[in-house]
Amino acid sequence: MSETEVNPTISKSTGLPRKRFYRARAHSNPLSDSHFPVSISPSHVDYSLHYPQLFLSSGQADSSKRIQFADVGCGFGGLLISLSTLFPETLMIGMELRDKVTEYVKERISSLRVANPGQYQNVSVVRTNSMKYIPNYFGKGQLSKMFFLFPDPHFKEKNHRRRVISPFLLDEYAYVLEVGGIIYTITDVEELGDWMKSCLENHPMFEALTEKELEADPVVKLLCSATEEGQKVARNGGQTFQAVFRRIVPSNQTS
Amino acid sequence: MDSEPKKDIEVAPALIAVHPNQCSVAVAVGHQLRVFDLLAGSAVSLTDDSAAVPFHTDNIRAIRFGAKGKLFVSAGDDKTVKVWSTESWRCITSVSSEKRVSAVAINDDGTYVCFADKFGLVWVVDLDPPLRDKKPAPLLSHYCSIITSLEFSSDGRFILSADRDFKIRVTCFPKKPLNGAHQIQSFCLGHTEFVSCLAFVQAQECPQGLLLSGSGDSTVRLWNVDSGALLDTCEVAIKAGLLESDGKAGEHDHAVTDLCTVLDGLLVAVAIQSLQGIILLSCNVSAKTLSVATVVSIAGEAFVPTCLGSSPSTGKLWMVTGVSNLPGCNYPALARVRVISGIDVEQEPVVLGDDNIPGGEKLLETLQGNASVDDNAFLAAAEAVKTAMGHLLIKKQYPSANRESRKKCRNDRKLKG
Repeated sequence: MSETEVNPTISKSTGLPRKRFYRARAHSNPLSDSHFPVSISPSHVDYSLHYPQLFLSSGQADSSKRIQFADVGCGFGGLLISLSTLFPETLMIGMELRDKVTEYVKERISSLRVANPGQYQNVSVVRTNSMKYIPNYFGKGQLSKMFFLFPDPHFKEKNHRRRVISPFLLDEYAYVLEVGGIIYTITDVEELGDWMKSCLENHPMFEALTEKELEADPVVKLLCSATEEGQKVARNGGQTFQAVFRRIVPSNQTS
Repeated sequence: MDSEPKKDIEVAPALIAVHPNQCSVAVAVGHQLRVFDLLAGSAVSLTDDSAAVPFHTDNIRAIRFGAKGKLFVSAGDDKTVKVWSTESWRCITSVSSEKRVSAVAINDDGTYVCFADKFGLVWVVDLDPPLRDKKPAPLLSHYCSIITSLEFSSDGRFILSADRDFKIRVTCFPKKPLNGAHQIQSFCLGHTEFVSCLAFVQAQECPQGLLLSGSGDSTVRLWNVDSGALLDTCEVAIKAGLLESDGKAGEHDHAVTDLCTVLDGLLVAVAIQSLQGIILLSCNVSAKTLSVATVVSIAGEAFVPTCLGSSPSTGKLWMVTGVSNLPGCNYPALARVRVISGIDVEQEPVVLGDDNIPGGEKLLETLQGNASVDDNAFLAAAEAVKTAMGHLLIKKQYPSANRESRKKCRNDRKLKG
């Protein structure tokens, strides 16, 4: 490879993409009309594109395997990278609306795959508006874990409908989560923490995990430590508010 | 199409609804609601104790009969939903919505009315007791999408909502809908443009019926609502010879605008933009397939139906074309009604002349208004409806050159290129 072909956005020492070339605004408008391609239905998601080593070409063996973890608003992908080695057998995907950030995560995953052969094959990222298109990517009861880490707080009351956790959107999350599946939320904004908790508490298809269960779950520890946003909060000595709930069968199943 | 059409005047298509036992026919055009009683053979005068004429102050966007014909509901851009008793044609409930209303549905026993607003929220109103002013409760939401159609499944278990984001959502209709409908049964995904209309076909083996949907992608699709599985796709515009199978030009020219089942669902009438007539599809319920039975064209005048209606058992299909507030036209509420009779699997359907129409001249006078309008006005009307629908439901495409130039400042792209 000649000198001129070296990609300056990739760090020479680590082989990872350099974040300063992928700076993006902190927030994105989820209400705007999307112009990026959207999967028509869950069966149209091309797994061979996302997990090339596990799905050699579309429609081949092992095609029964489905994505089970979704990190909604994955940002720079810190949590995904940690989860990838913790659950090497599970397919997981990050969903991010910001184009540049998605590009970064893509680069990050492919460099990690090159640097660690055989690893990080189970993780991918897609640019999409998950508030609009969750059912286009996952079927009923497909997911076992969903993550909403440090979402945009949208303080103004008129913008509350832009929050990624809302009573109506929880209906869709309950649809894609299997019974017993777990939804993880965390924020450093107390007001948003209360909001997310009360949305989940008031929803008939979710129940809170007990203290014991939280302690036993290895993923809960990652919520603060694994993400870039979480590390920033920890550096500044900030407080975090988490709500972890399980998808249940609603009690009035007769309806 | 290089000049941006004026946005100030919004046109609305004329709508038609037929009583399930063909007791009456209603046409809505603009803010006007016109009802004709077929049994008495006379125009119906509606009464609303709390409102002056007109009962709606802006374009009506949805009308339908419900609760086996006992109720009638009308709603639209004036953010009011009015429920009428079809016995007295008196307004029994009037509901205020926060946003403009785009679709309505009534459940079979007439206990709940659901309506969708243009922000993707579906609301439910309890009709028992039928108080004058009711507060709606939110039922479900499509995230910031326009809901184009609402429909209860044949057995009443599900409420279906279709939107401009290509999606049909099937939600279990709960026993206490005022607390919201949280359980999603399925999503019917497969359309590649906005979904414009929904209809159910009765099927012996599945009590909730099979779902039909029409879309801006010029197809009609058949679904199993339990699983959301796509059973069949009928490319109606291609099959009817309107579109070359590989023709890309005028992609949105043949959007399906309405669907209507005739003869208890044995046949399905389809209205398509730019088609002067309708397409009849036959639906094979046991094989779960759709196929084009025949194309009924309307000779002698320019008639592109904007809305279809029929009562389930009769072989008659009611059609209306027209528009409100057509720019450059003297008639603020333009409507023309035609009827196709003798729709049967065996025989050829006939487009009835004005003198043979049920209710005769009197009905036409009531529903169309008495002005005689030339063909060109109706062609212009059909064109205006098409443009309005496109503006409302088709996503704007920004040329990639535009987007690229805006991305020029991006460091990552600059260096990679």
